[in-house]
Amino acid sequence: MFSRAYRTAITVPPLVWVAVFLLVPYLLMFCYSFWSVSESGTIVHSWNLDNYHELLTKPVYWQTLLRSMWIAARVMFFSMLLGYPLAYFLSFHAGGRKDLYYQLVIIPLWVSYLVRAYAWKTILGTDGVLNTLLQYVHLTSHPLDFLLYSPFAVVLTLTHIYTPFTFLPIYASLEHIPRNLVEASHDLGATPQQTFWRVIFPLSIPGVLAGATFAFVLSVGDFLAPLLLGGPSGIMISNIVVSLFGAAYNWPLGAAISLCMLALVLALIFFSERLEKKWSFS
Amino acid sequence: MATTSEPAVATASQPSSAALLSIRSVAKHFGKNIVLRDISLEIAEGEFLTILGESGSGKTTLLRILAGFEQSTSGEVWMSGERLDTEPPYRRRVNTVFQHYALFPHMTVEQNVGYGLAIARRPAAEIQSRVAEALAKVKMSASAKSKPSKISGGQQQRIALARALVNRPSLLLLDEPLSALDANLRRQMQVELKALQREVGITFIFVTHDQDEAMVMSDRIALLRSGELEQVASPREIYNCPATSYTAQFIGHTNLLHADVRHGTATCGALQWPTSLPDGTALFSLRPECIRPATVASPPTSASPGNAATVRFRAKLRDQAFHGATELLRVESDGGLILTIRAASRDLPNSEAPLEFEFSAADAIPVRASNSNSSSNQEEGV
Repeated sequence: MFSRAYRTAITVPPLVWVAVFLLVPYLLMFCYSFWSVSESGTIVHSWNLDNYHELLTKPVYWQTLLRSMWIAARVMFFSMLLGYPLAYFLSFHAGGRKDLYYQLVIIPLWVSYLVRAYAWKTILGTDGVLNTLLQYVHLTSHPLDFLLYSPFAVVLTLTHIYTPFTFLPIYASLEHIPRNLVEASHDLGATPQQTFWRVIFPLSIPGVLAGATFAFVLSVGDFLAPLLLGGPSGIMISNIVVSLFGAAYNWPLGAAISLCMLALVLALIFFSERLEKKWSFS
Repeated sequence: MATTSEPAVATASQPSSAALLSIRSVAKHFGKNIVLRDISLEIAEGEFLTILGESGSGKTTLLRILAGFEQSTSGEVWMSGERLDTEPPYRRRVNTVFQHYALFPHMTVEQNVGYGLAIARRPAAEIQSRVAEALAKVKMSASAKSKPSKISGGQQQRIALARALVNRPSLLLLDEPLSALDANLRRQMQVELKALQREVGITFIFVTHDQDEAMVMSDRIALLRSGELEQVASPREIYNCPATSYTAQFIGHTNLLHADVRHGTATCGALQWPTSLPDGTALFSLRPECIRPATVASPPTSASPGNAATVRFRAKLRDQAFHGATELLRVESDGGLILTIRAASRDLPNSEAPLEFEFSAADAIPVRASNSNSSSNQEEGV
């Protein structure tokens, strides 16, 4: 057995890490969210609920929050739409090429987020690849301007970036389905389609839930894609938080918004985990 | 035994026109690996046929071809006068009991059993009554609402059986369904399964590597070796008249005697016995229980085989293993030949001196030598 000293030596560093870099900052944020800023721009350490009140009453905040959730919901939907069939194909029909395809899905994750976001900028811009092509084949006479600097661009980019994150848990759950269950279903008279809906899909639900949670949680708090590609109509809640902590110098309000986001995300993860448990049978 | 009720198949000599299933020259290659070659077999309505073979003999592949999970490389399978092997598995009136049961973990026992009927869109009331009936048949009514993970392996096995039988298939395939059970439960299930098969009258094709299981349950045994049928016969016939040395050794124990035949007499070491085989070398199978301690002390007769069909010989005891009712002895005869003998424990003389044993010449069964690769063997008895 491990000695007491050894156990202490391996458990203390991560605990200290979490405490210093996670718990303390969150605690600070928590405190800030109940403080305020004076006219002269200094933090006033008097406890009040003004920030939360402002958050609920000023439309720009909750509207941006709703828009962020709406964008995240679409990202979740589209990445699921892409990720599930991809995972299904790889798991059930890729045969010997499974590992190759798997690598092809994973490799984009190694490319810098910024590079991928900028790539979309060059594709979607007024003089971008897509507009040039559309004009060249005379589908349009002038560049389409909704392509870039719009919620559309944000949803597209985030879907591209986060689809591998939905793919992975779905793929893992599909790989865990014993193949003899599929054979048993066929054996009992179910067509491939019936087998999918009655056996394969229900057994992949934990992966679907995990993938959906990934996509939603990662994109709802994203600030780079809206910053680079969103334009004024594609602003998301994290952009507001960034400006509140930066130029606007209103840390207390920024902290209040951050805590609301944190609560939202934790609630989502909590419910998703409970549902996953309900749907796992191993 | 089926020998009385199904003479046409039990003797396995001619394809019966009343055959339910007809496997015709089926072969299966996985790349360069030949798993099955030229398998032909007829299976009668209501028969319990066991495909017996070692691991790697191709028995599971053959079963999967019948179920539709594998395509044969060549050959055809017909059922009730219709081509079976071109149909997808979900259109075959064939159900399978899988080795590891393959129960759907997200459904209750009841839903598992009712799955095939629900897929076939039977009315809810019919599904309910047939599921209840099937569960009662396998004595699992009490667990109807449980999830498969909450019941034991033996119980899951029964559910898998009920799930297949409830669809009233023409043919039930069982892929080593008892191999995951412990020995006692296994013996109990063998008896139950055989009784159930008689009761429902459905044709069973049962795959196993366990020759005892095959002997206990089957009407006929198809012994598969390296992708070829070695022999197809009833358990009694395959045991008493093995066609090849492989069959003789795989089904039970035997002594293989390499003998020289000359003028109607076979000679192997110090043993000699009369035979009707032509001159040359021959292989004989002599079951250990066919050799017994000589009853009356009399001069050895092995030098004069002509006088009787009983062959006597003298041998030294090498070692012995106690098996309860019987004992297995290894003895060395005068010529240095090692023989295994099974004798009732109480019959054994208690002596250090050379002992006398005897056997009937008729029990030395001539068998064909199975070459190591068996590729030159034609299938037997079909």
